Amino acid sequence: MSEQARQQAARRGEWRRLPMIESPRLRWGLAVGAVVYVLLALASVEVNWARVAEGSARAVNFLGAFIQPDFISRYDDIVAGLLESLTMTLTSTVLGVLLAIPVGLGAARNISPLPIYFVCRAIIAVSRTFQEIIIAILFVVMFGFGPFAGMITLAFATIGFMAKLLAEDIEDLDWRQVEAVRATGASWWQTMNHAVQPQVMPRLIGLSMYRLDINFRESSVIGIVGAGGIGATLNTSLSRYEYDTSAAILLIIIAIVLLCEYSSSHVRRWTQ
Amino acid sequence: MPVSTTPQGQPIWQRRTTRAQWLQYLAWLAGVSLFLLCWKVISDNTMWVFVEDAGRQGADLISRMTPPKWGYANVLWKPMWDTINIATLGTALGIIMAFPVAFLAARNTTPHPLIRSAALMVIVSSRSINSLIWAMLLVTILGPGVLAGIIAIALRSIGFVGKLLYEAIEEIHPTPVEAISATGASRMQVMNYGVLPQVMPAFAGISVYRWDINIRESTVLGLVGAGGIGLQLNASINSLAWDQVSVIFIMIFATVLVSEWVSARVRHAII
Amino acid sequence: MLTLSGVGKRYPTGDRALTDIELTLPKGQVMALIGPSGAGKSTLIRCVNRLVEPTQGSIRLEDTELTTLSGHKLRHARRSMGMIFQEYALVDRLTVMENVLSGQLGYVGFWRSFLRRYPQEAVVEAFRLLERVGLTHAIDKRADALSGGQRQRVGIARALLQSPKLLLVDEPTASLDPKTSRQIMRLIRELCAERELAAIINIHDVALAQQFADRIVGLRAGEIVFDGLPSELDSEMLTTIYGEEEWDTTPEPIDDEAANEEPVSPPYARVMSAIEAGAAR
Repeated sequence: MSEQARQQAARRGEWRRLPMIESPRLRWGLAVGAVVYVLLALASVEVNWARVAEGSARAVNFLGAFIQPDFISRYDDIVAGLLESLTMTLTSTVLGVLLAIPVGLGAARNISPLPIYFVCRAIIAVSRTFQEIIIAILFVVMFGFGPFAGMITLAFATIGFMAKLLAEDIEDLDWRQVEAVRATGASWWQTMNHAVQPQVMPRLIGLSMYRLDINFRESSVIGIVGAGGIGATLNTSLSRYEYDTSAAILLIIIAIVLLCEYSSSHVRRWTQ
Repeated sequence: MPVSTTPQGQPIWQRRTTRAQWLQYLAWLAGVSLFLLCWKVISDNTMWVFVEDAGRQGADLISRMTPPKWGYANVLWKPMWDTINIATLGTALGIIMAFPVAFLAARNTTPHPLIRSAALMVIVSSRSINSLIWAMLLVTILGPGVLAGIIAIALRSIGFVGKLLYEAIEEIHPTPVEAISATGASRMQVMNYGVLPQVMPAFAGISVYRWDINIRESTVLGLVGAGGIGLQLNASINSLAWDQVSVIFIMIFATVLVSEWVSARVRHAII
Repeated sequence: MLTLSGVGKRYPTGDRALTDIELTLPKGQVMALIGPSGAGKSTLIRCVNRLVEPTQGSIRLEDTELTTLSGHKLRHARRSMGMIFQEYALVDRLTVMENVLSGQLGYVGFWRSFLRRYPQEAVVEAFRLLERVGLTHAIDKRADALSGGQRQRVGIARALLQSPKLLLVDEPTASLDPKTSRQIMRLIRELCAERELAAIINIHDVALAQQFADRIVGLRAGEIVFDGLPSELDSEMLTTIYGEEEWDTTPEPIDDEAANEEPVSPPYARVMSAIEAGAAR
């Protein structure tokens, strides 16, 4: 409806909200398309209702387990898994951040030559596209079972995450500051130290803390494919239907994530 | 005091005071020792024989993965369709549940502080637990299949969407809300007219972004039996068919790139 | 028509914003409320429609005691008090028509308002009001596409669509340039005359207040220190209200045009930039 026509209609008291998409054909096409997709997708979901009914008793058990989580009977496994997870988290974050710095510098278009730029961007793309768990599968094959493979996995994922953000930060640096430092006759390293680092550092520290949190959460699953950590313990307890132990582990994970978030907000405030 | 004087009476400038300097050294020392300690724990639990062998294993792996067995791709269309459905339906279900949770969790729209804590609790639990763990859990309850995957993705998305959305709600401009309340509107009407239009772009952006992440996550849910292309991945790995694995990797890579592109396009269209 | 007696407001922090306010506003009177920033002008008019809860005293609108109302009855009472805001307080992402029609929210149910199915008379009235303020061409424009003066006109139309008996106007001109300020004040004045509305206008521009109001009330540190005709307001009185200053020089409008051009980042900006950076997870 034209603008004039809508005004005339409004004068008579007939007014409808403006449609979000102007062309009615496109609007209806999208709506019908969405409905058809949802129907097709739902049709492809096969549900074995008998199995669901059987499982619902387990669901009740599981929810009940949260009221009485069992930290005791698998105490040793839990502690061992947790220790592995935590150590993996810390070492992988440190290594990942350290390695992400050169990759990030290399992936910043404004300070690195083209060939290095492409190599670094490729590393970032691969590391970001694949789930940690897929990378873990490959590293477990290469390095054998255990936390070492897990650590390398998380470090690799950290590189992609940190390097991309670092590169973007460097790309929107305030160049006036860099030029001011360079104008004093500073060398490349001095320029980095005095002009680039102060601009990038606070965010880098904040993101590292954030990544520490993500790495811990990830470390709780890569154990499923044999890369060490609490995930293996959790997986075992779930497949044995020992829900009270699983509930205990889940509660521990939630508590640690909360702790991480709480402390990282403190660290961020402290470093800025 | 960063400027002090030497015994000769000349001023010297230091970036930090002596005490702060020592504290910083101490912090570094503690950090490095913690790192070394952790390293020790990991190295004790590692079979170094395997690690030394890694180069050869890696080369072996690559040689087995190439050339990819392209014919296998034909088997993968249905699992890929399932994967996309898991991500899409899971995201839809997740945001439907996250929407009210976010309103209950935002300081300025919650009906009661107690309800707010409960909503925050839901968000934290959902966020802390990886979708793969949710999937493991649901597979033991619902049995293996796509349904477990959809619900796992939905449960994980609640926390993510809920957190970002409630932060957006807390940042809205208060005056339009005040103005709508002043007209005599009911609580729901204030939400609908005062709050919702302000957070709609954020909501749409967050949802599309989560969908993009969910595509990635749903590719691996099959590893624990929750449907999608991960099932094929698991089967191929177990039968050591690495040339099939490489085809799957390429498929995943392509799908993720496309979904990332779509989500970026949609986000730009929204703003 | 509106009677305030013994109204006081103390914030939880212990600050006293209002002390023992006695005020009676007859039908059709336009009253300007002047005073320095922080004198409690905004608090006072917000106490009337209970956006701020008064801690003492009684406020009566005709026969209704406002201070004790809650829930449905409060919403009912709020319908008869239209409010106009300093920053216009329009919902930026809704169209002009939707913003005006939101004045009807107290009259229609949730689903009708959700689906934007307003009664025909309401739409006719909304259009008439837009015609009156000269914005019929903009009904489908989004509110954030308008200039400051146009937005304030939409705000006025919204307040009038409530068919109020009383207008509460909070610094209507503080974000506008001097010329637009006068136009807006004149518009409010005319509309009050047409509809026999009483109005309380918070304003810190004394010249505008003297020109457009029937009565001026001066507020200082939460207490009424002046109540009289605009002509009775002399420089001595202004000194009492505002403190020592050279009053005989022309009173310049305090705000300049720049005030309404300040870019405000939309509420979703931070979330979206976090998403673009890929940092949120």
